[in-house]
Amino acid sequence: MAETTLGHHQAQGTAPTGWRSFATDWGSDQRAFKNVSWGKAMMWIFLLSDTFIFGCFLLSYMTARSSTTVPWPNPSEVFALHIGGQNVPLILIAIMTFVLISSSGTMAMAVNYGYRRDRKKTAILMLLTAAFGATFVGMQAFEWTKLIMEGVRPWGNPWGAEQFGACFFMITGFHGTHVTIGVIFLLIIARKVWRGDFETEKRGFFTSRKGHYEIVEITGLYWHFVDLVWVFIFAFFYLW
Amino acid sequence: MAEVTLHGASPGTHAAAPAASHAEGQQHPIKLYLVVWGWLFILSACSYAVDYFHVHGYLRWALILLFMVLKAGLIVAVFMHMAWERLAMMYAILLPPVFVLVFTALMVFESEYTLFSRLTFFGTGH
Repeated sequence: MAETTLGHHQAQGTAPTGWRSFATDWGSDQRAFKNVSWGKAMMWIFLLSDTFIFGCFLLSYMTARSSTTVPWPNPSEVFALHIGGQNVPLILIAIMTFVLISSSGTMAMAVNYGYRRDRKKTAILMLLTAAFGATFVGMQAFEWTKLIMEGVRPWGNPWGAEQFGACFFMITGFHGTHVTIGVIFLLIIARKVWRGDFETEKRGFFTSRKGHYEIVEITGLYWHFVDLVWVFIFAFFYLW
Repeated sequence: MAEVTLHGASPGTHAAAPAASHAEGQQHPIKLYLVVWGWLFILSACSYAVDYFHVHGYLRWALILLFMVLKAGLIVAVFMHMAWERLAMMYAILLPPVFVLVFTALMVFESEYTLFSRLTFFGTGH
């Protein structure tokens, strides 16, 4: 939409496209990200920094795992659940993945309704997203409890390489913290949307001054990022 | 200039419906999100199937990485609206993480060396 409007507008002038637009944006003496607000740009830059943190965690884990002489526990078996008389591999993690993806779907729709100024639908979809997020954290708490009961510690576990516990608690713990913060963030913004703070231009914590709904999209960026990180954790920690 | 066009909604594009005079930001058909959601489900199910059917070796890795990249791409491009952002923004955000691959390569060599030292000096462990 934005792109179309912009393209239409630029077609009349001599606005550059492709690599040239990149060069002019970065080479300008104004703002680099022309139609991107500061709020959105800063969330992206924060997420970029977070990408490096998660990247370092996953890399350290990879290094620990491939340099240990002791066998690494098989995640497929470690995270299996005993259902109906047989062990189903990784089932809990699969369900958690689907829950998180669903939360991403509802969040994307909330952003859409936010820009359409449909307050009720936006707030309900954000609350639904928060509920999915809380469900995810709940399942993670169950997973942690189960593993702690089985004797997994940051310094050891019953099935092999000691680094398994440290990596597991560090990576999933840091991700779970992000989800928890996201749920709180979602609840705060959903309440403001429901109350109509963005219509009345009410000033306050996290309330946009101009009275528009971009904060819903910014919250969404954070939330989708949490889902994005899980995609990598799912692949590198649980499926490796 | 671009800012004005976006937030003020240019007359030619948005004047048709009164409700659309407030139109701004990322607005795409709900169907697009539902389709992406569906694909994320399918790709996750495929990842899970790789483990469930005990696929091993290079095929396992190829499949896992393929599904991972497709999922990540869909989330970033559509859900996070990166596909509609300015090129300057895309490069600023998407290029830096690529350099993590250099770090990955370094750590692969590092871990191989560590493993080699451990096997040489400490035997095969417990």
